[in-house]
Amino acid sequence: MDGFQEQLWVLLLGSLLGLELIGKVPPTLHTPLMSGANAISGITMLAALTLITRAGDNILLLSLGSVSLGFALFNVVGGFLVTDRMLAMFRSSRKPSGGKQ
Amino acid sequence: MSSAALFQAGLDLVAVALLALGIKGLSRIRSARAANQLAAGAMALAVVGLLVNAQPTAVTWVWIAVGAAVGGMLGALTARLVPMTAMPETVAFFNGCGGLSSLLVALGVSLAARGDGGVPPGLPVLISIGFSIVVGAITFTGSVVAMGKLQGWLPTPGWMMSRWRHGLNIALVTVTLLAAVATGGGSSDALWLLIVSASLLGIGLTLPIGGADMPVVISLLNSYSGVAAAAAGFVVGQRLLIVAGAMVGAAGLILTQVMCAGMNRSLPAVLFGGALGATSTGSKGSSEYTNITSCSAEECALTLEAAERVVVVPGYGLAVAQAQHTLREVARLLENHGVTVTYAIHPVAGRMPGHMNVLLAEADVPYEQLQEMDVVNPEFPATDVVLVLGANDVVNPQAKTDPDSPLYGMPVLDVQEARTVFVVKRGMSAGYSGIKNDLFESPNTSMLFGDAKQMLSSILGELKVLGVGQ
Repeated sequence: MDGFQEQLWVLLLGSLLGLELIGKVPPTLHTPLMSGANAISGITMLAALTLITRAGDNILLLSLGSVSLGFALFNVVGGFLVTDRMLAMFRSSRKPSGGKQ
Repeated sequence: MSSAALFQAGLDLVAVALLALGIKGLSRIRSARAANQLAAGAMALAVVGLLVNAQPTAVTWVWIAVGAAVGGMLGALTARLVPMTAMPETVAFFNGCGGLSSLLVALGVSLAARGDGGVPPGLPVLISIGFSIVVGAITFTGSVVAMGKLQGWLPTPGWMMSRWRHGLNIALVTVTLLAAVATGGGSSDALWLLIVSASLLGIGLTLPIGGADMPVVISLLNSYSGVAAAAAGFVVGQRLLIVAGAMVGAAGLILTQVMCAGMNRSLPAVLFGGALGATSTGSKGSSEYTNITSCSAEECALTLEAAERVVVVPGYGLAVAQAQHTLREVARLLENHGVTVTYAIHPVAGRMPGHMNVLLAEADVPYEQLQEMDVVNPEFPATDVVLVLGANDVVNPQAKTDPDSPLYGMPVLDVQEARTVFVVKRGMSAGYSGIKNDLFESPNTSMLFGDAKQMLSSILGELKVLGVGQ
């Protein structure tokens, strides 16, 4: 039960941190921010990995974990890359050298 | 604690710090790209820590590699190939897959606890499993429905607009709750019932919501997938998941609020009010247009040439027509001619806040030229020409003048205050909300009927004939 209480504290403090972190965001960044946050929510891939490593030789669990890992990684890799693609397009006229590179 | 466990704990701490810095950095333009890479690096660190500590066997490595390779490659391909206009539905789909992943983990842990006949999990874990399954299922089916609606694949069936849907959803909530309790009691039939009823609930909650409100729903579902990840963290006992999930959940809520404020909609109205157009059928009687002035690309080009200050109001219609590059060309000619060109960005222009900024950035428009509503609104009286491209509801003066209008109170761009307004539009159809736009009847407004890209090409041609900016 101690572990559970500690986890509840972690949940509470994490939520408060999340509320504080993005207090002021320019509208330009709303879509990339949503996309980036979405990629981070794919951190559930760690849970999928844990499921696989604890599965032993249980084929059902191994396959469930593997499928779960696939979906999570789809979210993570796709999410970060698509966010990067969006952010790469923002460039300032003041430093045109930052152009296509 | 073994040294490998210590190593993982240390990496987890670093990862949490980097993820927090990443989210923070994503809120500033200059640091956003590096911050995104930082967050990605943090995730990689966490994976390394976990693998070093867990020391998978050769067989386990195969299962990990197969899942990771398939998911990762499909993700990378999707991210590369998807067009920028489809960004909201892409984010929705990625998000749904994250939710599904949390569901599958909880399902696996639940099945494992049953199969062993060993120590049954304690109440906190049972609650976490139920929570992870329910939130994961709602996130998945809700996101898929949201994607289908944004793509135009899924119309809302008529009965889903009626009050019946509330009854259906209440019934589904009841079944879900009962199934969750029975699952905790150890019934495996109830486990499957829980998954099915929560999945149906995700559909039942999302399907009645109108397309115009979909960005809010996606943002909320994004928050849910964070909650689902946190719940999965409780299920497998990993604090890093709990922190990261909680941060994303909270961040998603903030964004949802911002979007609701931009559209002057309350979250309950979005979630339970049904499609906006459906409630405004009473005002359809007055939706006939009179006194419409239309004009040609040539007249528009002449007026633009004589202007000193031009404000462009881009909307989703511009994005659909893929006209942002042509628009950039027109703006470049005018700038060379000495005309000041800026872009007025409504908070919910496009299909998602910030979506239009992304689309214009794709066409090389410097972000300093994108002005937010609060900055640009006081400047409209000093503006010679406003060019409205595929935007409708966000320039509807009814939102300020007609208390009976469903749009009343929504923040809008006061384009009618400018000297001349050109509206490029395919026809006189109503906007996304299905509401008549008084701007089109205003005496200083001229309509240019046609596809945004073709019309901009014509204007571009006319400007070149006039020798503007050459």
